[in-house]
Amino acid sequence: MSEPNLLLEARDVAKRFDSVVALKAASLQVRPGEVHGLMGSNGAGKSTLVKIITGVFPADGGLISVKGVIRSFRSPAEARRAGIVSVYQDPALVPDLTIAQNMRLAGASLEAVRKWLSELGVVRLDFSLLVRDLPDPTLRLIDLARALAWEPAVLLLDEITASLPADLSEQIYAMVKRWRERGNAVIFISHRMAEVSALCDRATVLRDGVTAGVTERAHGSEERIVALMLGAETARAVASAPSTRAPRQRLDDAQAALEVRGLRCTPLVNDVSFKLYPGEVLGVAALEGQGQEELFDCIAGSRRYHEGALFAHGKELKLRHPADAIAAGIVLVPANRLVALLQQRSIPENIALPAFGGIRNWGPIKMHAERTRVQSAIGRLQIDTRAGSELRRLSGGNQQKVVIARWLASGFNTLLCFDPTRGIDIGTKRQIYALVREIAAEGSAVLLFTSELSEIALACDRAIVLFGGRVVAELPVSEADEATLLRSAHGLAPLAPGSS
Amino acid sequence: MITSSEGKPSVMANPAASNMRLVKRLQRSLRRDPSLFFMPALLIVALATTVAIHPQFSDFDLQSLAMGALPLAFAAAAQTIVVISGGIDLSIGSVMAVTNVLAASAMEKASFGQSLLLAVAVLLAGAAIGALNGVIVRVSRIPDVVATLTSGFIWGGVALVILEKPGGGAPQEFLNLGTGTLFTSWLPNALVLLVAAVGVIWIPLRRSRLGLQLYAIGSDRTAAFRSGVNIDRTRLAAYIFSGLFSAVGGLGLTMTTGIGAPLAGVYYTLSGLAAVVIGGVSLAGGRGGMLGPVIAAFVLTLIPTDLIFLNIDPNFGQVIQGTLIVVIVMIGGFVDMERGRK
Repeated sequence: MSEPNLLLEARDVAKRFDSVVALKAASLQVRPGEVHGLMGSNGAGKSTLVKIITGVFPADGGLISVKGVIRSFRSPAEARRAGIVSVYQDPALVPDLTIAQNMRLAGASLEAVRKWLSELGVVRLDFSLLVRDLPDPTLRLIDLARALAWEPAVLLLDEITASLPADLSEQIYAMVKRWRERGNAVIFISHRMAEVSALCDRATVLRDGVTAGVTERAHGSEERIVALMLGAETARAVASAPSTRAPRQRLDDAQAALEVRGLRCTPLVNDVSFKLYPGEVLGVAALEGQGQEELFDCIAGSRRYHEGALFAHGKELKLRHPADAIAAGIVLVPANRLVALLQQRSIPENIALPAFGGIRNWGPIKMHAERTRVQSAIGRLQIDTRAGSELRRLSGGNQQKVVIARWLASGFNTLLCFDPTRGIDIGTKRQIYALVREIAAEGSAVLLFTSELSEIALACDRAIVLFGGRVVAELPVSEADEATLLRSAHGLAPLAPGSS
Repeated sequence: MITSSEGKPSVMANPAASNMRLVKRLQRSLRRDPSLFFMPALLIVALATTVAIHPQFSDFDLQSLAMGALPLAFAAAAQTIVVISGGIDLSIGSVMAVTNVLAASAMEKASFGQSLLLAVAVLLAGAAIGALNGVIVRVSRIPDVVATLTSGFIWGGVALVILEKPGGGAPQEFLNLGTGTLFTSWLPNALVLLVAAVGVIWIPLRRSRLGLQLYAIGSDRTAAFRSGVNIDRTRLAAYIFSGLFSAVGGLGLTMTTGIGAPLAGVYYTLSGLAAVVIGGVSLAGGRGGMLGPVIAAFVLTLIPTDLIFLNIDPNFGQVIQGTLIVVIVMIGGFVDMERGRK
C-alpha cells in the first residue's frame, strides 16, 4: 500500500523502554507539499515517534524511509543531513552560549537564520546575547529559524505553539503554509484541535502506540480525530459504565478544604481557580503540558507562584516549602515514586519517615508507637511485603501504595495525587482508586490528576479540565466521560446536548 | 527582544561608533563573567598585602612566587577544561606526578636538546593518559568523580613504580626554562612559560568549534546533543586536554624543583580544583574562563608565603583557602539566585 513519491514514511515502528511499550506499530506517510498533523492523547507515542524519526534514539522494530530509501539515523545531526529537522518541545539551544555561538555550534548559517527570523517578524535581534537571558517565545522562534535555515524537506514541529502568545502563533502558521508551498512537508504536533484542523491537510492519529487512522481535511474531521483517539472499544466501554455515585450534595456553605484562587505560575499556569470540598475527589483532566504539574507543585509548596492565593478551610496559606504544605495537612503523592521513597530502606522506615514529627521528638525513636502505626497502614493497603525488606524490590504498584501509606500513618486532610497510576497494572490501579474513594469517604479531600482520561470516571466526583493553563470546563462525574473530557482537553467547545 | 520593523537598520560604520561598541562589549563580558574584574582585583589586593607586610618584596620574591604558582596554575588549567565541559577530573595531581617522575628519571643524563625532545614525549604521554581517563569514564559509564578518583589512584601507583623516592634530575638549561628570567629579573621565565603554554593551547581552543562544544555540553547536554554535538567525543577531548595540561604541569614541577617527586600529586588535585572554583568557573559546567583559575593559583600560592612573613604557621593556609572557597561559592550562589529571580 506504499505510495510513490513519499517524502517520509514510517512503517510499523516499535519501541519499548524497559517494560513500558511506547510504540507498537506506528505508521506515518508524509507527502511532499502537505502539512501533516500528528495527534493522539497522552502517552499515545507522538513524541517517541518524532524522536525515532529524528535519530534521538533507535527504534526496536519497523522501518523509516526518506524519499523511498530506508534510513536509520543515529543522531539528530544525521537526520538533519538527510533533510529532516525537528523543533522540539523545549528549545534545543544551549543557555550559556550566545545566539551566534549556538548557530555556529549547530553549523547553521547566521545569514540564513537572520533572514528567517525577519520573515518571522523578529528584526534587530542582537546575536551576541546569551540564550539564558532571552524570553522563551523568542527562543522558540530562534529555534524555528535555525531549523528553517537548514532548508529541511521535512520539518517537524512538536507543540511549538504551546506556550506562544496568539500573534506569534499566527506568524508560525503563516510560515508553515509557506513551507508547504515550496513543496516541503511539515509534521505538526499540537494539542490544539482548532489549530490542527485549520492548518493540516491530513492527520495521523496514534492510540496506544498504534496508528489508529489517517484523516483528510474535510468537514467534521475534528470529530473523526476524536473518535480515532478514543477508539471504538473505549467509546463503548465508557458508554456502558454508568456512574454509580450519586451526585454529592453541594457544600457551598461549608468551607472548602482547599481553594485555589486566580493562580498564575508562568509560563504554564495562567489562571486557575477551583474549590475542593472535604469528602470529595476532584479530578483534573489535561493533556501533557497544560500546567497541571506546576499547579500541583504550587499547591504542594515545592514551587512558588506569581499571582493568586491558596486557602485551606478559609485560611490563606503561605507555602514556602513542602513542609509548610504538610503542616497545613496537604500532602502529595507524585507520579514518580522514586523521588518520594528511600529505595534502599525498609517499608516500615519509609512509611514512618514523614511521621517522625509525631513519633520521635529528636530523641530515640519510639519503636512501639512507630510499629503500631506502620502496621495498621500496611494492613489497610494490602501491601505485599513478601518481596523483602528493601523497598526497591517492590513492584511499582506496591511502591505507590507505600507512598500513600506513609501519609495515612501521619495524617492529612487534603491528598494531592499526581498521576498515581502511571505504569501500574490494572489490578493495583483498582486498589489504589478504591483507596482514594475510601479516603474521601472518611472526610478528606482528594485532588487527582490522571493522564488517562478514562480513569476520571472511575474515581472522581467532579472533574475540571485544564487547557493552556486555564480551567476550561467543570463537570460532574456523570458528564465526565472520556469523549467529553478529550474534547475539552483539546480546547473544543462541548457538543450541544443531544447531538452525541 | 522582539522588536517590530519600525527601528532603523543597525549598521554602524564610523570608527567612533565601533569604539563605543568595544566599550559596550567589554561592559557586557564583565557583567557575564564578573570574575574577569574580580580576579585581577583579588590578585592586586593579595600582592599589595604581601608588599605591605613584607616591604622588601624583591625580584627574587616575584620569581619564587611565579615558580611556586606554575604547577598549580597548570593543574587549575587542566581542571578548568573538564569542569567547563560539565565533568570533573580527580586524577590531575597523579598525572602530574607521573609526568614529573617520567621527565626527571629520563632527563637525568640527557643533553638539553634531548631533554626538549623528551619533554614533547612527556606531553604526548600526558595526553594519552588523559585519553585513557576519558575512555574509562565513557566506556564504564561510572560517574566521572569515581572513575577519575580511582584512575588517579592507579597513576599515583605508577608514579611510585617509576621513581620510588624523590630523585632524578634534568639538564640545567632545561631547569632554567622554569627558574630563570627573561630580559629583566622582574620577568621570571615561569611566568612567560605559563602565559605562553596557556595562550598557545587555550586561546585557539576557545575560539574553535571544539571549544564551543565543550561549553555547550557543560551547559545543557540535551540541547547540545540536539544541536548536533557528539557528546562522547567532546567529553573525551576535554580529558585529553586535561591530561595535556597536567603533563605541562608535571614538566613545570620538574623545572621548578629540579627533581621528580612521586608523592607531590595529591596536593595539586584539590588545590587546582580550589583555584577553579575561586576563579569563577561554575562547577555545574558551561560557565567560566581560563584567566580566573590561573590568577587564583597565584593568590593561593601567596597565602602561605604571607603567613610565613607574618610568622604564622603556614599550615593555616589551608584554613584560609577553604574559607575563601566557601565564601566565593556562596557569593556565586547568591548571584545565581538573583539572576533566577529576574
